[in-house]
Amino acid sequence: MDISRFEKISNTEWRIAPFGAMRAPGIIYATQSLLVEMDDKVFEQVTNVAMLPGIVRASYAMPDAHWGYGFPIGGVAAFDPKAGGVVSAGGVGFDVSCGVRTHLTGLSRDQIIAVQEELADALYAHVPVGVGSEGDIGLDSREMTDMLTGGAKWALERGWGRPEDLGRIEEQGCVDGADPAAVSDHAKQRQRREMGTLGSGNHYLEVQEIAEIFDEAIAASYGLARGECVVTIHCGSRGLGHQIGTEFLREMVVSSEQYGIVLPDRELACAPINSELGQRYLGAMRAAINCALANREIIGHLTRQVFAHFFRHGELPLMFDVSHNTCKLEKHDIDGEARELFVHRKGATRAFGPGHASLPEALRRSGQPVLIGGSMGAGSYVMAGIARSEQKAFSSACHGAGRRMSRHAATRTWSGRQVVDALRGEGIIVKSPSMRGVAEEAPGAYKDVRVVVDSAEASGLAKKVAYLRPLICIKG
Amino acid sequence: MSSIDFSAVTFPRWEHFAHDADMGIRGFGPTPAKAFEQAALAMTAVISDPGLVRPEKKIEIELEAPKLDLLFIDWINALVFEMADKKMVFGAFSVEIGNGRLKGKAFGEAISRERHAPVVEVKGATFTELAVVEDRPGLWRAQCVIDV
Repeated sequence: MDISRFEKISNTEWRIAPFGAMRAPGIIYATQSLLVEMDDKVFEQVTNVAMLPGIVRASYAMPDAHWGYGFPIGGVAAFDPKAGGVVSAGGVGFDVSCGVRTHLTGLSRDQIIAVQEELADALYAHVPVGVGSEGDIGLDSREMTDMLTGGAKWALERGWGRPEDLGRIEEQGCVDGADPAAVSDHAKQRQRREMGTLGSGNHYLEVQEIAEIFDEAIAASYGLARGECVVTIHCGSRGLGHQIGTEFLREMVVSSEQYGIVLPDRELACAPINSELGQRYLGAMRAAINCALANREIIGHLTRQVFAHFFRHGELPLMFDVSHNTCKLEKHDIDGEARELFVHRKGATRAFGPGHASLPEALRRSGQPVLIGGSMGAGSYVMAGIARSEQKAFSSACHGAGRRMSRHAATRTWSGRQVVDALRGEGIIVKSPSMRGVAEEAPGAYKDVRVVVDSAEASGLAKKVAYLRPLICIKG
Repeated sequence: MSSIDFSAVTFPRWEHFAHDADMGIRGFGPTPAKAFEQAALAMTAVISDPGLVRPEKKIEIELEAPKLDLLFIDWINALVFEMADKKMVFGAFSVEIGNGRLKGKAFGEAISRERHAPVVEVKGATFTELAVVEDRPGLWRAQCVIDV
């Protein structure tokens, strides 16, 4: 990326002044070295998003931004329906409501290490993972509708989960406005046997050691103690979300002319929020959010079953569950006026600061936990939302490390066996059905997550709370 | 996108091209239909080795679209749906295109973790780098980035 195209606001904030058809500026939060590493496509996509109708304030990119489709991955943009604002299927992505949840175990590193091999085998055997895997849960038409409207609440009512989980999930486990009728038969068909499955690619289930604490008070309020272990699950809305993304992306591409929307790039396919198509997409997308919330709740339940087999207390209280591929209706302060906006976060995590009304009482003083997934070797971070983030990027932060190398390049550089052996040497057990898949997800294929979270913190997007080092990685 | 040396292209054939997070698939052929077949093979190669797939079952697909590139997106997405729904993988394809209509056949079998060692599931075809073009007389290229 050529940094001469930016106005430097600070060491971690870079502004693209509006030009051509841009309706707002572009802003990328990143250190200079992260910015230089970014593909030129990120610049192009940030500026293209700024051309969409009804955009408010700016088109943003997080420190882990990379080339996506339409929106950059790591892109954030808010649209005002009263100003002709749009909703974009590409701005949410194919894996609707892909996200991360972290369970506390209260177990020490030593307790995990004592059964590390057996626990890894049991998790790998019990949680369906990888291409073609199916869950034990089959959904008929009525159950499908109930799941799409009920989210994690539905899972809980069926016995998968614990009542106290709901307060620790965004939207209390169930987003309003889901419309199962807007979800196609094909999408429902793809999901029939996929509840409680992890998927593949960069999705994972990890047992992690809390290796470092950066903010003792916030960590304590989250239940995080150095030396103890947590379980983190990364996955989304599975086949249902993928099919919804596929179908609406195509429909929006074909229909944008009819709405008089001139697209700088076809992939930015969108529809006015207040149009029939926009509303139908929102109904389907919210149903997919509920599917993702239910899916992660079920995987959490399966994980608890495994832990209960090894340890006397298998409660695994949920610390938090947050998505990073969504479009949500939120109230934001714009120049002193509270406005209802549709905030797209594509590979970006919501990061509400302390006092936000949506947070459960126990988290309200500290701010929302922001869960940042790293690579298999480099580890992950827990951050906390901070008040400044509201003005920075509608309370948003990064979501992961971001790739620095394509899958193709990764498989040319490493073999899966080489990666598994190297990680084992570092005390990390990796279980995966595909060695090529492991190579594609090799730690070296990702940017350094530490640099990304440091950049997010320096940008005022979120605050570092804890560093999590993997001990077991179940990879799809 | 990587540059393509058309003088070196012999067809039909397929290849992958790089994308930051996902994967580009590209098929070449003397007709759009042949390029579609090759691009489908490129997609299978993202998941597994197409040579390992036995043609035990045939799936028939019929599609219609106003433009050739939309027809290509629809073709790839129809295959993604069939793979996900039937838990199959395909190793051979046959496509006919005329008057905006596509009639396709995909030959494959139930996916096996042991035999196919599937790497990643395909979520869908994106419009990124989407192109169905005749690069020179008699050499068609069909391509897009697929989300994995």
